[in-house]
Amino acid sequence: MEDQRGRDPGALAADLRAALTPDRVRTEGVELGLYGRDASVMTGAAAAVCFPLTTDEVAAAVRIARRHGRPFVARGSGTGLAGGAVPVGDPVVIVTTKMDRILEVDPVDRVAWVQPGVINLDLTRALAPHGLHFAPDPSSQQACTVGGNVANNSGGPHCLAYGVTSAHVLALEVVLPDGSVTLLGGLDAEPAGLDLRGVFVGSEGTLGIATRIAVRLTPDPPAVATLLLDFDSVDDAAETVSGIIAGGLLPAALEMMDRRITQAAEEFVHAGYPTDAAAVLLVELDGLPAGVGAGVEQVRTIGLAHGARTVRVAADDAERALLWKGRKSAFGAVARLAPNYYLHDTVVPRTRLCEVLAQVYAIADRHDLGVMNVFHAGDGNLHPLLLFDAREPGVMERVHAAGEEIVQVSLDAGGVLSGEHGIGLEKRDLMPLLFGPDDLDAQARLREAFDPDGVANPTKILPAGSRCGDLQSVPEGVWV
Amino acid sequence: MSSATTGAVEAFAAEVGPADAGPVSAVGGRTQWGVGGGVTPDAREVRAPAGIVALEAADMTVRVRAGTTVAELDAALAEVGQTVALPAWDGATVGGVLAVGHSGLRRLGWGPVRDVLLEARVVTADGRVVKAGGPTVKNVSGYDLCRLLVGSLGTLAFTAEVVLRTRPLPPAERWLAGDADPFTLVERLYRPAAVLWDGTTTWVLLDGHPDDVAAQSALSGLADADGPPALPGPHRWSLRPSELPALGGDGSSPGGPGRFVAEVGVGVVHADRPARPRPVDPHVVELHRRIKAVFDPGGRLNPGRHALVAAGAEGGMTTNRRPQTPESVTSERRNEGGP
Repeated sequence: MEDQRGRDPGALAADLRAALTPDRVRTEGVELGLYGRDASVMTGAAAAVCFPLTTDEVAAAVRIARRHGRPFVARGSGTGLAGGAVPVGDPVVIVTTKMDRILEVDPVDRVAWVQPGVINLDLTRALAPHGLHFAPDPSSQQACTVGGNVANNSGGPHCLAYGVTSAHVLALEVVLPDGSVTLLGGLDAEPAGLDLRGVFVGSEGTLGIATRIAVRLTPDPPAVATLLLDFDSVDDAAETVSGIIAGGLLPAALEMMDRRITQAAEEFVHAGYPTDAAAVLLVELDGLPAGVGAGVEQVRTIGLAHGARTVRVAADDAERALLWKGRKSAFGAVARLAPNYYLHDTVVPRTRLCEVLAQVYAIADRHDLGVMNVFHAGDGNLHPLLLFDAREPGVMERVHAAGEEIVQVSLDAGGVLSGEHGIGLEKRDLMPLLFGPDDLDAQARLREAFDPDGVANPTKILPAGSRCGDLQSVPEGVWV
Repeated sequence: MSSATTGAVEAFAAEVGPADAGPVSAVGGRTQWGVGGGVTPDAREVRAPAGIVALEAADMTVRVRAGTTVAELDAALAEVGQTVALPAWDGATVGGVLAVGHSGLRRLGWGPVRDVLLEARVVTADGRVVKAGGPTVKNVSGYDLCRLLVGSLGTLAFTAEVVLRTRPLPPAERWLAGDADPFTLVERLYRPAAVLWDGTTTWVLLDGHPDDVAAQSALSGLADADGPPALPGPHRWSLRPSELPALGGDGSSPGGPGRFVAEVGVGVVHADRPARPRPVDPHVVELHRRIKAVFDPGGRLNPGRHALVAAGAEGGMTTNRRPQTPESVTSERRNEGGP
């Protein structure tokens, strides 16, 4: 049966089944529904979902989608929070989770080739015997894929000293939107030509699909120290963050949690967090022993000068793991406090943290919403969680209004729209708050060079009309 | 941002002019002028504005105009105990080293030039001012055009003003040299700032806490040295780190002892003869053609220079004139004596 645009879903499914295997192509309603959403609040609809095993199968799926007049959407574990993997325009969803092999680990060149469906934490665990690791460590690292990290240029607590995903990807084998396969970047020191690798990372599946990824491996540090500082006021904690950065220290991680999230995490994992503190800082220093030791004393001095009540240094690996477990479980712990939460992601200059945090609390108060803050303070990367009960009539309007105000105060402070979650659908229409028409036009030109027909994850990142003569339509069938 | 800044960028845009204002070439310090082929002689020369706009020491970022020399920027940053991971070849400008994208000798410790750029204000081929990226150290708001600009040789847009990530100056640093095996050393030492090798002698730069530098020095078995060796030139090769041991072999290898200095753990080789041309996938060539076509359809920005040619690649880029042999820098002039 053809739809009103002359497309035949049955023939599409048949072609996909012939190119892959019948069991790795799904077209039934319930399963399509599952793949209609990611970890955001948006919902779309797929025409078919397929699970390729190889680069050739991904390329075949892209070509079949095109032949049937469909766009395609790449998807990893679906942990994205900005709607980047939500299918728009009845696309073929190409799920990479079955491409989950670590193909090669080269400890001399310090590079590993992996398939896109490898889970972030599985990669780091597999590297441990080599004394190496993959530095990006998003809070979802137990579930998210390296392919998804590439698509979103993911971060994580340890990106403060080591940089986000882009700094850890050397080369990418990609299926381009026309179905051809090529290699971007390279393992040599200065690969030829434009940094196409660099623009592909973070492009949220709109420039093609990565099918093999060469990640840079980081040597495990010989010495690590993890400190927990607690404060009677959020301002004191934020001032300490600025003091540490201004003091010339570059911690491996510098995380902040406010009272409510600290209490929730403590009840959840019993890390020994002080539940009466207004804010705690989790600071990790790594490197060679003397530098780490001096850093610990410097952080202690700066913290005490800004009113830290106690400075706890983890005595051993077990205690350090426990302190981190509290931080990494924070979002899960929130489920004990409210049925729903909306997690935001903006970045402000680190010197403006104090004032922006104060505004975030005021905005939540004004909209009568609970708010918690657990975030990458060293990067200035805020993650306010707005707590609510979706069954309460009218609450979503307040949640969205508060969210937009949080974005606006972040931008007013010289910040940006997203630090690590990406734009996707969630912030697409907020892009003009950060970029002018000429800026958006330049981004649209890049996309056009890779995908002149607009078939790769259409309608994401850029608002309609970003390019002169843009024919991109408002998403159909997307429910927020 | 101050109106003076906006004024300088807008004035630069006016100088570049609209799409029909003819071929135009952005000139920095001319320290790497030949990389990617020479600019055609009919191109009108323009210079990006200079000056430090805002040094945000507590944010560890700096907003600087592209015409500023790296040396001047470094001097200002040193006053607040910071530096920037850009090579400071004599007279090289911020815009110039970003356009070429070649790293200095501290690449092993500092990482590549491409990771330094946070935000850029550029002038497009039709004379508009466009912002790419953002001023914060972390940002995934839209396409990462900053990565595209680094190494693009000014063929897509001319950079007028940038925000760069800075880094703390290390409390101590020390150059060492001797005959230890560099490939063992690069594994054994923790994050050395540089390991260099000419087939016979190994040089190492250590930085960090003085006690750590002392301990790592003892571990290395090398003796103190004045600094890095003079670099052979004028060619610059790009290899995988694991390809370097073969350079020191017999006379059949492309270099041979004394004819090259290799950056161990990185793969850059400074050599007296050109690198073997590398094949480039036709799909990559086609992407280059399409990207150039959308950003500079009239081909007026730095005509004659090509990013693929810069890397010694053979990709079948069509040009009106035969590209010149890629040149490279002949010396590293950053003050290696420490803060």
